Amino acid sequence: MPEKPVKLDVILATDCGSTTTKAILIEKKDDVYRQTYRGEAPTTVEAPFEDVTKGVLNSIQEIEDLSGRKFLEGDKIIMPSQGNTGVDAYISTSSAGGGLQMMVAGAVKSMTAESAQRAALGAGAIVMDVLASNDKRLPHEKIERIRHLRPDMILLSGGTDGGTISHVAELAVVIAAADPKPRLGISYKLPIIFAGNIEAREDVKRELGDKMALVITDNIRPVLERENLMPARLKIQEQFLEHVMAQAPGYKKLMSWTSAEIMPTPAAVGLIIQTISEKLKINVIGVDIGGATTDVFSCYDKVFNRTVSANLGLSYSVSNVLAEATLPNVMRWVPFDIDEQNLRNRIKNKMIRPTTIPQELDELLIEQGLAREALRLAFDQHKLLAVGLKGVQQERGISDAFEQSASGETLINMRKLDMLVGSGGVLSHAPRRQQAMLMMIDAFQPECITYMTVDSIFMMPHLGVLTKISEKAATEVFERDCIIYLGTCVAPVGNAREGDKVMNYRIEMPDGSIIDEILNYGELKLHKLGLDENKLPMEAKIEMHPTRHFDAAEGYGKIVKNRVIRGGVVGIVMDGRGRPLQTNPDRAKRIQQIQSWNAVLNCYPQRGGSR
Amino acid sequence: MAHAYTPGLRVTRATIFRKERVLPLKGQVIVKVGDQLTSEVVVARTVLPGKVELINAVHLLGCEKEEVHELMAKKEGDAVRKGEVIAQTKPLFGLKFLQTKVKSPIDGTVEKISEITGQVLLREPPQPVQICAYIDGKVVEIIPNEGVVMETICTFIQGIFGVGGETWGEIKVIASSPKEILKADKITPDVKGKIIIGGSLITYEGFEAALKNGAKGIISGGLSDSDLRKLLGTDIGVAITGTEDIGLTMVVTEGFGDISMADKTFNLLKSREGSKASINGATQIRAGVIRPEIIIPWDQKVEMSIESADSERGGMAIGDLIRIIREPFFGRIGKVKELPTDLQVVESEAKVRVLKVEFDDGKDFVVPRANVEIIED
Repeated sequence: MPEKPVKLDVILATDCGSTTTKAILIEKKDDVYRQTYRGEAPTTVEAPFEDVTKGVLNSIQEIEDLSGRKFLEGDKIIMPSQGNTGVDAYISTSSAGGGLQMMVAGAVKSMTAESAQRAALGAGAIVMDVLASNDKRLPHEKIERIRHLRPDMILLSGGTDGGTISHVAELAVVIAAADPKPRLGISYKLPIIFAGNIEAREDVKRELGDKMALVITDNIRPVLERENLMPARLKIQEQFLEHVMAQAPGYKKLMSWTSAEIMPTPAAVGLIIQTISEKLKINVIGVDIGGATTDVFSCYDKVFNRTVSANLGLSYSVSNVLAEATLPNVMRWVPFDIDEQNLRNRIKNKMIRPTTIPQELDELLIEQGLAREALRLAFDQHKLLAVGLKGVQQERGISDAFEQSASGETLINMRKLDMLVGSGGVLSHAPRRQQAMLMMIDAFQPECITYMTVDSIFMMPHLGVLTKISEKAATEVFERDCIIYLGTCVAPVGNAREGDKVMNYRIEMPDGSIIDEILNYGELKLHKLGLDENKLPMEAKIEMHPTRHFDAAEGYGKIVKNRVIRGGVVGIVMDGRGRPLQTNPDRAKRIQQIQSWNAVLNCYPQRGGSR
Repeated sequence: MAHAYTPGLRVTRATIFRKERVLPLKGQVIVKVGDQLTSEVVVARTVLPGKVELINAVHLLGCEKEEVHELMAKKEGDAVRKGEVIAQTKPLFGLKFLQTKVKSPIDGTVEKISEITGQVLLREPPQPVQICAYIDGKVVEIIPNEGVVMETICTFIQGIFGVGGETWGEIKVIASSPKEILKADKITPDVKGKIIIGGSLITYEGFEAALKNGAKGIISGGLSDSDLRKLLGTDIGVAITGTEDIGLTMVVTEGFGDISMADKTFNLLKSREGSKASINGATQIRAGVIRPEIIIPWDQKVEMSIESADSERGGMAIGDLIRIIREPFFGRIGKVKELPTDLQVVESEAKVRVLKVEFDDGKDFVVPRANVEIIED
C-alpha cells in the first residue's frame, strides 16, 4: 500500500482511458487547491507500444511544456516538489484494455445474484453476465457462457449466513467445470471471490481452491434484510490490482509510481459522487456518457449505486442506441424531417468511423437527439438496479392487504433529487451549455427543483482517486474547476391540456428585483441568474402557487414558499412541459414545439434549432 | 501537442504481409518453418474439451446426497454411452420394475460425482479443431504448441466494414466503374467460387444473385444499412462481426450508402483480376480495432518495390489525398490545401482543428480534421 505524502502542494493525476491518457495538474495556491494545467496523449497499452507508462509520460510531458514546470527525470516522476520541479503526489485511474470485466453468480437471481451485481458494479466493473441457480439456463449453457466470455474475475455469492449451501455448491461446480482462462496472460490463475454463505466456504474451497485464485470475504447478504457490499468491493479492487492490472503491459511500473492505489475509472467517479453527496448532504445522480458505454451513479440517502450500460454510447455503440430506442423516439427530439434510410446510413457511418464530429448543425441536432435517448435508456436501467432489497418481508397492516406493492422498488425518487451531474463528450463539449442542460432535462426529466451541472473537462476520475489522499483537495477542485454550474430546473409534476395554467410563481432575485409570472402547460421559460465574482452560483428565492393538477414540491396544488434556487451559466429553467414529458404526436406540431423550446433557451444558432 | 487521430486504411499494391494462425487452445503444429503452403492447408490442430452435462442424480434417484456414490453404476473416469444406465436405486422388495434408473443423455465420460450437491457431471468427447494457412505463403515462424506465422508478398487492402469470416477465391471484376451500382442482372453463374468486385453499392437483389450463383465473397464501395438488416435478419448494434453465417463474405471499402469505391482501390483490384485472394469480413471497432482485409498474394518470383507493412507515416501534409468521412461532403475525395494551426469554429459551433480541402473541380472547403482520412499511397 503506497504511503500518503506529508506535504501536498503539487499533485499530478492521470486517467488512462481506452484511447486517451489524460493528465491534470493540481496546485495549492493561497491555501486553495486549483486545477491549473492539463495534457493528453494516446494510450499505449496495445501494440506496438504495449507499455501504458509511455502514454502517461507523454501526457505529463505536455503539461511540462505548458506549465514550464519540470516533472520528469528520465523516465521517473520527481518527488517531492521543490521550487519549480517535481510533485508531492502522483495518482492514477485506469480503464485501459476494456476496464475490469466480471461475471457474478448468486443463488437467487433477484436476491443474492442482484446484490453481487451491485457489488461488482460499485467496484467499477463491467458485469458481463449474472449467473443464478434459477436463471432458467441449463448447467451446460452456463458453462459455455463462462468459457465464451472469459471474464477477468468472478464474484460468487449465494445464501444468507446459515442459509442454502447446495445452491452455492452447484454454482461452484459449474464454474469449476468451465475452468475459465484469463484474458491477459496465461501464467496466472483467474481470481474468484466468494462472498456468500459462511457455512458454504469449505465446499467452495474444495471445488475451486485448486483451480482458481480463490479469495474468501464476508457475505454480501448476511441476512435477507441487509446488504454488506463493501468488503466484496474492496476485495474486487484488490484482486484487480494484484492479478488483472499487474498482467496489463506496463502497469507494474505505473503502480510503483503512484501515491495511492490505481483505481478503475468508474470506481473513482463513483467515489467523488459519494464524497460530494455526503459532504453537501444532498442526493446526487451522476452520468458519464462515452463512445461505447454510459455509466450512471446515484447516491440517495447515503446509498450508493452504479450501473453501466455497456452498449449505449455515441460512437462505437451509436447504432445500438438507435436499435434500442427505435427511430420514432430519436426523431421526437430532432426539429426537422429526414429520410429514414439516409439517417440510418449516417448513424452506421458514425459507428464505423467513431472519431468523426458533427460539422453541420443538422448533424449536431441528430447526435444530441441520440444522446437524449442513450441517457434515458441508461437511466431506466439504473432505476431497475438501484432498488431496495428484494425478498424482504414487509410489515403490513390490514389496510395494506389489498395493495401488495412488491419489495425492491427503485430508490430513485426524482422529487428528492438535489443535483444532477453530467459528464462525457456530448455534455461536456456541447458548443453551448444550454444544449447540455436541455439534453439532461429531456433525458432525466427532473421533478420539482433540481440543480444541474456538467463536468468541465472530464476531471471526475482524477478527483475520485484524489479523495483517497486528500478529500479537501478533491472537493475544492471539484467545486471550483471541475464543475460548470448550469442552473436550476424547476419542473412541477403533473399533466394538463396545452396552454392550461401550471402555476403562478414569484422569484426574488439577488439584486432585489422581482419576477412575477405565470407558467403554462407545454411552456419552457428561462430567467437569467448567473455566477458571483468568485464564480460560484448566485442564489434567489422562489415562491410557487401550482394549480390542483400540479405538484411543485409540497404536493398537488400546495404552495411552495421561500425555496432557494441557484443560478449558473444558463440560469433558471421553468419547465411547464409536465411529467412525464410528452412531445406532440403530430409531426408538424412536434417540430414547432421543439423549435420553440430550443429558441427559449437559445440553444442553437438561428439556422438550425429554430428554423 | 498530442496528434489528431487521422484514420487511414491501407490500400497497397505490394507489401510483405504476416499473419498469425493460432489455435484457441494449445495443440500440435504440423508444418515447419520454410514450408510453402496454400490457403486450405491445415497448419495446427487440437481438441477442445467436450461439452458438460450436469445430472441432478440426487433428485432423480430420490435419495440423500451422500448415497449417490453407492447408487452409481459408473465411477469417475468411466466411459458412458447415450441411454446407458449410470445410476440406479436398489430394487424395492427385489422387484426390478420398482427400481429408478438414471440414464446418460450423452456419449462421454463421468467426470465428477459430487457428494456436496448430489449431482453427476458428464462430459462429451473432445472436439477436434484445426486451423488452416488462410493465405498462400510461407511459414516463417512456429509458435510452439499454438500455431504459425505465415508470410506472403501481396496486394493488401483494408475495408471499413465487413460481415462473414475467412474465405478465398479468384477475383472477378463485375462493375465497369467504381461508380456503378451492382444489380442482380450482372451477376451470372460464372461467379461460382469467385470473389466479385462491385462499384459504389450492391443491391439486396444483387447480393441474393451472388449467393444463388455460388460466389464466395463480395467487395463493394458501399452497402445500404437497410439491406444489411435484411441480410442478417437483425440490426447490428455494435460493430463486432465476422461470425455471421450468410453464405458468403462481404467487404465494404468506403461505408454505408451509395459511395463510389476509391479509384485507387478499384483499379488495384481490377489489375489483380484472375488472381487468388483471401478475404475476411471480421470487423471490431473498439479498442484494438480490427478491419476487414483483402490479401492477394503475388507470385514471389516477380520483382517489385515492396512497401513495408510497418512503415509509419507522419502526420498529414499539404498535397495529401484525403477522403471526407462525414457529412456534408461524405465520400468525396480531395487534396489537402491548407492546415491551419488555430482552432476554428464550424457550422455546428464546435471549435475544432480543421483543414482546407480542394476538390477536383477546383472548389475548396473547410472541414474538421477528425472528419477526413488519408488515402494511403
